[in-house]
Amino acid sequence: MTAPIIRIDNITKSFGRLTVLDGLSMNVMPGEKLALIGPSGSGKTTILRILMTLEHINGGQIEVDGGQLFHMEKAGALVPADERHLHTMREKIGMVFQHFNLFPHKCVLDNVTLAPMLTKGVPRADAEKNAMVLLDMVGLADKAKSMPSQLSGGQKQRVAIARALALSPKIMLFDEVTSALDPELVEEVLNVMRKLAEETDMTMLLVTHEMGFAHDFADRVLFFDRGKIVEEGKPDDIFSHPKQERTQAFLRKIIAAGHRV
Amino acid sequence: MIMIDWSGYIGLILQGALVTLQLTVMGCALAVVAAFAAGLGRVSRFMAIRMLATTYIEFFRGTSIFVQLFWAYFVLPFAGITLSPMQAGVLALGLNVGAYGAEVVRGAIKAIGREQREACVALNLTRRQAMRHVILPQALPLMLPTFGNNAIELLKGTAVVSLISLNDMTFQAQVVRAQTGSTLIPFVTILVLYFAMAWVISRGMRWLEHRVTRGLDGVRA
Repeated sequence: MTAPIIRIDNITKSFGRLTVLDGLSMNVMPGEKLALIGPSGSGKTTILRILMTLEHINGGQIEVDGGQLFHMEKAGALVPADERHLHTMREKIGMVFQHFNLFPHKCVLDNVTLAPMLTKGVPRADAEKNAMVLLDMVGLADKAKSMPSQLSGGQKQRVAIARALALSPKIMLFDEVTSALDPELVEEVLNVMRKLAEETDMTMLLVTHEMGFAHDFADRVLFFDRGKIVEEGKPDDIFSHPKQERTQAFLRKIIAAGHRV
Repeated sequence: MIMIDWSGYIGLILQGALVTLQLTVMGCALAVVAAFAAGLGRVSRFMAIRMLATTYIEFFRGTSIFVQLFWAYFVLPFAGITLSPMQAGVLALGLNVGAYGAEVVRGAIKAIGREQREACVALNLTRRQAMRHVILPQALPLMLPTFGNNAIELLKGTAVVSLISLNDMTFQAQVVRAQTGSTLIPFVTILVLYFAMAWVISRGMRWLEHRVTRGLDGVRA
């Protein structure tokens, strides 16, 4: 049996006096496509942010691809990770944000090539060649020289996906990547992600309010509420036969709000 | 009525203008270096560096440029450091204006939002790389208008160096006034010259601003 690529063990996270995650444990298998759903404030985005080391944890441990994320071994004991250790761990993980976070002063191509050139020392020519392959995959090869401000939201998000892929992470985190988009632009981004899911064996964690997409995309769906996993299972089970009262209530509310399931 | 040969006197004032120009250019150069060093120091993750930068900024903003100039010229020799009047003037003006500039640098860096920093973390850039390639290029256009103001302030501040026997433009105008008895002509001359220099700085900064912001809303050339 293969080992999990992500092992979250009893982690706690609070912001000031607000406890967001309280003793959360979960595993993710290599290549698994995971959808995290739940009401806002349920802690699902916080999990992605923690995995990307944008937030630190207050307790517990996280293992990513066989290494401790926030700890490192020193003289046989686990001590808090230093910046260098975080760097090696971050190589395994990429993230796409709700608001794209493209670099507005760099053209599309430079947005994609910057990190490979700086963090991996890839020569510019190679980085650009690889970037063009990725931009072609997200359907934006013709926009390589455009500035982000000249793109639509959907195009920006596709660039952001290509940018994250350029570092070839083993794990990709998608944080509500279509929430900031106009409805007619959502589909083009989802199509890219579908393709990605089909063509790669990357592990993907997806926080979304697009229930229809979560249903098609995910191998497993986790329903979060108040920092805890209330229910998890195959998409069909969660969406068609939710067992927990809170899951049922959440899905009813989502459908009432006009989201497709 | 004796006719005064103004050409020689105007020549004196122009010599002073050269000194003022030198002070301004070199002072600004030092101020930019000091502003970036202290501004970046203020956002360092090391407390010692932050404290050092804060001390410098508060000290130079909190004491008068006159006092700083006197220290640079009259007091430093007691510590074994003897500066020429020009060196002392550049040092005092540059460090004084640099302290104000440091806050501009810090403010502009802080204005680049959390989202950009988080993108840098997600792309695994080091803090230094993020600052150099992502934060500073976006912060620079925000600094320029205030830098322009600071440069003009420095230009106008150069007049204080006459107190340590530098023959700058204002000093030369006083000399001409004393020798000719005419107040209007030397003072009109330096008024125009100061204004012209400030105008050049102002236009230069606007040009620079235009250049660095051009990339932000157009196609890469």
